[in-house]
Amino acid sequence: MHEMGIAQQLVQIAMDSIPGDIENPRVEILNLRIGKLASVVEHSLTFCIEIITRDTPLENVRLVIDFVPVRIHCKSCQKEWEVDTPMFKCPDCREREGGGEVELISGREIEIISMELAE
Amino acid sequence: MEINIQKQVLEKNETEADKNRAYFKENNVFVLNLMSSPGSGKTEILCRTLVRLMPEIKVGVIVGDICTNNDADRLKVTNARVTQINTDQFGGDCHLAAHLIDASARQLGCGDLDLLIVENIGNLVCPAEFDIGEDARAVVLSVTEGEDKPLKYPLMFQVSDVAVLNKIDLLPYLDFDAGLVKDNMKKVHPGMPIFEVSAKTQEGLEPWLEWLLERVNKKKQKN
Repeated sequence: MHEMGIAQQLVQIAMDSIPGDIENPRVEILNLRIGKLASVVEHSLTFCIEIITRDTPLENVRLVIDFVPVRIHCKSCQKEWEVDTPMFKCPDCREREGGGEVELISGREIEIISMELAE
Repeated sequence: MEINIQKQVLEKNETEADKNRAYFKENNVFVLNLMSSPGSGKTEILCRTLVRLMPEIKVGVIVGDICTNNDADRLKVTNARVTQINTDQFGGDCHLAAHLIDASARQLGCGDLDLLIVENIGNLVCPAEFDIGEDARAVVLSVTEGEDKPLKYPLMFQVSDVAVLNKIDLLPYLDFDAGLVKDNMKKVHPGMPIFEVSAKTQEGLEPWLEWLLERVNKKKQKN
């Protein structure tokens, strides 16, 4: 649902990054990094991008998305691991008093890494 | 030709949120971002909270909805200063972005306020993603919504500082396991305080109000 806002920001950043000296620029690929916890739905984002890039240098741009896994770090035992279910507590330390508190290392990213222009 | 960019897409919102944070600090006002799905009872909780807190502290409210001024009208009886944001003028967004809060907070005026509550748009997904420069985030879940919501919408429960489980007066009529929903909240966010309330009967409101007042006072003392 928030994909349209994200798409607008993406397109804005991409447009601002096109070098001014290129004649009739055409952006073919946008390389993105999106965390799995960021709740961005790929086909919604693609759809929004398609709609708002008509008649711009980004028309028909292809999104290449690197989905970043959710990784957490236990503040008690310093272990780091990847989670695929939303359990944000260390299984080894959670029985200890005040233990098992974790912090998020990755998974919330919404980043534009680079774009590829047609030669 | 590949052009390196390396930028956070929501960077602009972050910058706006930082601006809001500075403005709120300047005005010494504690800001609570109140979030939930539609129909969980946010506005009713807000009404009760305002009525109880208003004699002691000055509270302002920004309410967000896609359409209508219904919530602002409902809150008028509390005598709190209220301003409504309708996002349909801004593309019907399903969340309040930081720049919308900036304009509304300035229009409302924060100089004499102790507490500003932003009632976000009813949605368990998008508002979690957008920092508005608040001091604390509260998520409301009602007992008519299902125990697995914290697992289905983990980011919302991850980023919230406190959870309010509303409509507990309905528990005798539902197959709802309050223990299970609390366990699920704890899985997603261990240590997060959870208050069980009924905005309708006012049962359980006291601990929630204490939690809120304590934070408001802490911010006052810090500045």
